[in-house]
Amino acid sequence: MKAAVIVFPGSNCDRDMAVALRAAGAEVEMVWHKDAGLPRGVDLVAVPGGFSFGDYLRCGAIAAQSPVCRAVIDHAQKGGYVLGVCNGFQVLTETGLLPGALMRNAGIRFVCKSIPLEIGTTRSDFTSGYAEGATLHIPVAHHDGNYFVDQPTLDRLRAEDRIAFTYGDNPNGSTGDIAGVLSENRRVLGMMPHPERAVDAGHGGTDGRGLFVSLVGALVSA
Amino acid sequence: MKARVQVMLKTGVLDPQGEAIRHALGALGFDGVEGVRQGKVIELDLAGDDATAAEAQVTEMCEKLLANTVIESYKIDLS
Repeated sequence: MKAAVIVFPGSNCDRDMAVALRAAGAEVEMVWHKDAGLPRGVDLVAVPGGFSFGDYLRCGAIAAQSPVCRAVIDHAQKGGYVLGVCNGFQVLTETGLLPGALMRNAGIRFVCKSIPLEIGTTRSDFTSGYAEGATLHIPVAHHDGNYFVDQPTLDRLRAEDRIAFTYGDNPNGSTGDIAGVLSENRRVLGMMPHPERAVDAGHGGTDGRGLFVSLVGALVSA
Repeated sequence: MKARVQVMLKTGVLDPQGEAIRHALGALGFDGVEGVRQGKVIELDLAGDDATAAEAQVTEMCEKLLANTVIESYKIDLS
């Protein structure tokens, strides 16, 4: 199973993402944002956290227009898997691969702590390794994690069972306590919490490991 | 030709920064500030002087990059 981790100027969780994917058994290649294409045979594209392009204009807005993002959109439209974490989630909403937008936290402050994260659905290759209704402990670290969708979109996300994760104690004002959402085909996931920062006992918890293990497992057997 | 693009959060979308400014104004003793909305202004210097073409071009810029129309609205002034 082959994964590509996209690196933008300002990405800072790219290596953590690669470590987490490799630990789960993936072969990982780093891809610089100016590359026009993805390596051949990539199953999963991971868009990591950080502050791509200094968060200028809007978080993720400039990154979403980079050449490599065009390739990521093509990959997703062909049914490929994409995981966006934190700034990666912001990039995916800016490309339109995921609905909604991420705004400044309702409390204005940067939030950096481990939070209880509830599994919204196990019906995806990202979350199938977790128990229905389980609560994980995963770190968040963001200033703009306030997920906004309008009411019709929220109703649709709920009806289609596309809310992958919700906050146990909403840290940023997100609509419907949403921490992570899936695309219509359930192969694109965007989430604000950092599962790659919870894959080793040294991180203080390993609740994020299940996401990488089930995802890599599903793609290896595919 | 110059274009001035004003980008604001849509009505109904909570603006936490505007709220923080409103609180700060209250703390400074400015009473009666019932609402504050914060946005941004982007100024563009454009080649050419065809206002219709410029408006169409800047509208496309807003839709593609300058505004996130999920949460923001924009207004274009040409001069």
